[in-house]
Amino acid sequence: MKRLLLAVGLAVACVGDAYAGGLDPSCAACHALVKPADASIDRLWTRKGPDLWYAGSKFNAEWLTSWLQNPKAIRPAGYPYFKSVMKGSDHDVPDPSKITPHPKLDKAAAEAATAALMALKAPADLLPPGTFKGDMAGARMGKLSFNKLRGCVACHQGEDGKGGFSGPELTDGGARLQPDFIAAYTANPQAFDPHIWMPKLTLKDQDIQRLTAYLSQLGRGGNP
Amino acid sequence: MKLQLMLTLAGAALMLTPTVGRADAPAKQLYETYCVQCHGLNRNGTGVNLPGLSVRPRDHTDAKGMGATPDDELFKAIKEGGLAVNKSVLMPTWGGVLTDPQITELVKYLREVCHCGS
Repeated sequence: MKRLLLAVGLAVACVGDAYAGGLDPSCAACHALVKPADASIDRLWTRKGPDLWYAGSKFNAEWLTSWLQNPKAIRPAGYPYFKSVMKGSDHDVPDPSKITPHPKLDKAAAEAATAALMALKAPADLLPPGTFKGDMAGARMGKLSFNKLRGCVACHQGEDGKGGFSGPELTDGGARLQPDFIAAYTANPQAFDPHIWMPKLTLKDQDIQRLTAYLSQLGRGGNP
Repeated sequence: MKLQLMLTLAGAALMLTPTVGRADAPAKQLYETYCVQCHGLNRNGTGVNLPGLSVRPRDHTDAKGMGATPDDELFKAIKEGGLAVNKSVLMPTWGGVLTDPQITELVKYLREVCHCGS
């Protein structure tokens, strides 16, 4: 119990300014709001939710405010997936008893949380502005890469909602994520999330640009 | 004399156990972090991602198929991905995430899973 109180105390201390800016301290119980000092694989196994210390460079603010008021599962197999899957008849399946729904916020709380989260920026050496060069002409090849050539669909559900379960769904990835983040994270997931279960593929920058062009349109009402 | 021999053997076992434990635990943890998503909790190619895969992942419990695959090919498949060993692109390259020693340990772990030699 003492340990729990200490952890909560540390979490509150960690969010500090973020709390003052609109984040409930309970957020820090599941999300790292400052870059964790522990980069071990063991920490990955103790996580309850994705790190948010670079949330302001990851999410689109409009999507964030909307989602916090009506949260739907982004990761169909839970987070981390390996702690929330169970054996099924034909293949492993998500275990609903181990997947905790995200708390729902009212409009004012969602707006305040969004403002606080958007203030949490990734350092420029991790996510240089302009990582995505903005060429949307590569979206068609990006779609092909996602679904066939690079096999992203193995772990992520794509625009038609079909795909794997262990990664976040990308059906509305463009509405949710900033293009620079998509490009930088795809190029080197472990730079953001040490030991994360997404492989660091040997992709050329052209591949990254094309994939980003494709994914950044998903969920935005366009026709990729 | 017998008691002395038993104590010596027990001592040797205790000295050896932590080393074996350290070598085994990380490989199993690595498998459960990275491989289970496609190869499954049963290690037989029935992971949670199976619905998204056009090619069924390798059954690591298949003693015959795994036994016919040499260690260096398993190492290469993990490090450089399926295409490097004329298999599916859906087996990604893990060389950017795992070190060579970790991959070597994973290959040893696969041998335990398949109950088959190299």
